[in-house]
Amino acid sequence: MALTIASREVDGITVLDLSGRITLGEGSVQLRDAIRDLISKGQKGILLNLGDVNYIDSSGLGELVSAYTTAKNQSAALKLLKLTKKVHDLLQLTKLYTVFDIYDDEASAIASFK
Amino acid sequence: MESVSEVETAADKLACEAGLDEDERFHVTMALREAAVNAVLHGNEYDPSKQIALCFENTGDALVFTVADQGKGLDPETLPDPLAPENLLRGTGRGIFLIRSFMDEVNFRQLHPGTELTMIKHLSPARDKT
Repeated sequence: MALTIASREVDGITVLDLSGRITLGEGSVQLRDAIRDLISKGQKGILLNLGDVNYIDSSGLGELVSAYTTAKNQSAALKLLKLTKKVHDLLQLTKLYTVFDIYDDEASAIASFK
Repeated sequence: MESVSEVETAADKLACEAGLDEDERFHVTMALREAAVNAVLHGNEYDPSKQIALCFENTGDALVFTVADQGKGLDPETLPDPLAPENLLRGTGRGIFLIRSFMDEVNFRQLHPGTELTMIKHLSPARDKT
């Protein structure tokens, strides 16, 4: 299942609801384009909802890292919401759990940007 | 990339037939995906004149997967550690780390030209009885 991305605004934060796979050729480029588009429009708070992302490969992990650094370099913040067990385990294994701000609850995540 | 999906599907079929549970099947298919992507992207560098050779086998004791490319060759010892603090924010370099994490044995062999990667997942005796 390819990646689908739905965008919504909550208290000035852009929430991207991702669904499907983030892999080379199946979502990495879509995610990159979505992040760059938001950053270019001056968005300073981005929350990636990964609750329906059931598969990420090393390319997808790299894309998450690139999204994080792209945002940070533009004085924006990118945080993660609702990791599935597989994605959680991958982030722990690769120590990326220490890089990202990760939340289980959307309200807490939104509040953390303030 | 369609061929990579086919590799994943074939690996999952073998893992499923061998009785691996969902987590183990996920590990096996991800390792094979990473190996296939490396072979196509970094090994053969998308050169359509170069081929990938695959061999999947259930020996009874283990699942043995071999992926070989026709690229310039790879020295796995030269790969940077993706867990090192200075590499954590790199966008690439985690594929072989994931393969090593998810499989029980991983061996590289230089083919001149190319690299052959053998990945082994041991099958437990308890699983064979079920």
